[in-house]
Amino acid sequence: MDQKSIRAGQDKDMEQVMGSLLRYGVILAAIVASAGGIMYLVLHGGNLQPSYAIFNGEPEQYKSLSGVLQGVKAWDSSSIMQLGVLLLIATPIVRILFSILSFIREKDYLYVIISTIVILIIGFSLFNGLGG
Amino acid sequence: MTVLLFTLVLLAGAVLAGFLGSLTGLGGAVILIPLLTLVFKVDIHYAIGTSLIAVIGTSSGAAAAYVKEGITNIRLGMFLEIATTAGAVLGSFLIVYTPANIITVVFGFVLIFSAVMTVRKKTLHIETEEKSKLAATLRLNSSYPDKGEQIDYKIMHVPAGFLMMIGAGALSSLLGIGAGAFKVLAMDNVMRIPFKVSTTTSNFMIGVTAAAGTAAYLHRGYIDPVLTFPVVVGVLMGSIFGSRVLIGSDTKKLRVVFSVLISIIAIEMIYKGLKGH
Repeated sequence: MDQKSIRAGQDKDMEQVMGSLLRYGVILAAIVASAGGIMYLVLHGGNLQPSYAIFNGEPEQYKSLSGVLQGVKAWDSSSIMQLGVLLLIATPIVRILFSILSFIREKDYLYVIISTIVILIIGFSLFNGLGG
Repeated sequence: MTVLLFTLVLLAGAVLAGFLGSLTGLGGAVILIPLLTLVFKVDIHYAIGTSLIAVIGTSSGAAAAYVKEGITNIRLGMFLEIATTAGAVLGSFLIVYTPANIITVVFGFVLIFSAVMTVRKKTLHIETEEKSKLAATLRLNSSYPDKGEQIDYKIMHVPAGFLMMIGAGALSSLLGIGAGAFKVLAMDNVMRIPFKVSTTTSNFMIGVTAAAGTAAYLHRGYIDPVLTFPVVVGVLMGSIFGSRVLIGSDTKKLRVVFSVLISIIAIEMIYKGLKGH
């Protein structure tokens, strides 16, 4: 096999794994969020629905990974729902991490750099405190 | 209203939004935002946060299938994601300084644009001659399977397409949508990519772009678990159902009817936004 068809074959492998990664990420996130959701409805379903008409911002515990994980440890249903949400956000991010590894394996260093830039931009968005 | 009733009604609305969104190709978010703000009276910031999460779900779910079929141009997607994620970060700053009624007005105009895009006549571009040196350097030229054949195509106007993607990314996080219509416009009309490739590659980028936006919104408290859970689960269910129905059905009439409906909602949002000032 020449160099080009080897790379095409590796691209095919990457496509298959990437597809599965996205699918299972979404399924896992939906299961976790639903588990938390059902728990929440059993516990609080009869309560009066609070209004969302005015923006107050979420309590501190739902705004960070560590806060959510602490809540999950205490079996807080809202935290479990929020964990599902975090898994969903993580799904495309893990997809990029996986492509970095695949491009390294293919020795396609141009795309290792491109994928890394994307990760850095998301990381900036995730960890910067700008904009309130 | 009790929490249970609210959740169930919201779930039903989200299923409908996901179903219609995937059937018409508009995406769930353009229906979800008016539904949340106009019907459920949810503040636009919560609505945007919730909707962006749903966008990640539906686009990742759909991308999974397209990627496996080998239609998506992964290198092109990765390269343009630099632009869309940078745009998303820009949008997440802009939202802080943009009054809610202006966001509503912009949303209305984007809605009309998206509606027009779904009913427009598609022309298939397949460029076979290499015209862009940059596209060759970045190895963006590729091929895709169509009816058992591998069709080669070349890409044009890379810098212009890249710039448009920054705009699409900014709109995505500013409005809580996938902004697929803008991505497809840039890829079809400017970069001259066959539309099967452009729609699937756009979809591939949407999840990452939305993740860049939500990353910022999580810290700001735009994402409420009680709102997000029924919306995400509902939109996912609806869009899976929609894509099953979609196979082998002619959606032209539906798209026209739906575009008119969407435009009416858009005008209502523009009116509401302007009046609220």
